[in-house]
Amino acid sequence: MTELFRPGDQVRASRADPPHHTRLPQYARGATGTIVEHQGCHPLPDRRARHLPAGPEPVYAVRFAARDLFGDGDHTVTLDLWESYLCPAPAEETR
Amino acid sequence: MSAGHAGPAATLAARVRRLEGLLEQRGLVDAGELDRALEAFLARASPANGARLAARAWLDEGFRARLLADANAALPELGLSMRGGMQEQRLKVVQNTELQHNVIVCTLCSCYPLALLGPSPTWYKSPAYRSRVVRDPRAVLREFGFVLDPAVQINVWDASAESRYMVLPRRPAGTENLDEQALAALVTRNGLIGVAPV
Repeated sequence: MTELFRPGDQVRASRADPPHHTRLPQYARGATGTIVEHQGCHPLPDRRARHLPAGPEPVYAVRFAARDLFGDGDHTVTLDLWESYLCPAPAEETR
Repeated sequence: MSAGHAGPAATLAARVRRLEGLLEQRGLVDAGELDRALEAFLARASPANGARLAARAWLDEGFRARLLADANAALPELGLSMRGGMQEQRLKVVQNTELQHNVIVCTLCSCYPLALLGPSPTWYKSPAYRSRVVRDPRAVLREFGFVLDPAVQINVWDASAESRYMVLPRRPAGTENLDEQALAALVTRNGLIGVAPV
């Protein structure tokens, strides 16, 4: 399976607030982070939980600066996110 | 969130019992087989396993490099594995250094490397720890009595998907003469989660 993202890529987490099960934590929605590594491929839980067909897709460790998640803080938070939760960060948000 | 066995958790427990009953009824598993498998797994699941990994990593640079690069491939060197459940789970070991400190959490539920750390402590599953450690880890560590140098950068790892995490603590100063067993005895479960120095 080809991964859409490489370590170092800037990505933005989806802003969507779906009515069904998801493993994109609320605190990371809409935030911009950096791909740390590819962790292998797994079926999307959002689809599995609804008994929909779900093939394996890439999962990444994505690092966010606390200030981008919460507005302040000097730490980072690294989350494991399915590719469907991510899109390339718009250029103006890339630093 | 499984705060108690009410609501969705109770429904799930009932479904699991029903499934277990059907498996036994159809002769796919013996009565008690699942209980025995669980008991055997839990008997081996202990923070002593994580402590052995840390002690070996402190003493053996090659092992440390292999553990950090691909923990699942390195575990069998100490007779350990992440194969205790239904499928092998990916393990990522994150190393504390003079400038970087790591803490693990599962904000969505309570994912945790049981085989290496034993059953998770109650506080690890509490909404308070799960919500606050991502927001203000330094304050949470202070509440554990662990005051981290302000110059040290904290990275919180939220096990929100299929990987499990373990922290490799820093080797304490003044332990140059200790052997592997004595070093392992210094390592605590909280150190392997990242809420204690070691």
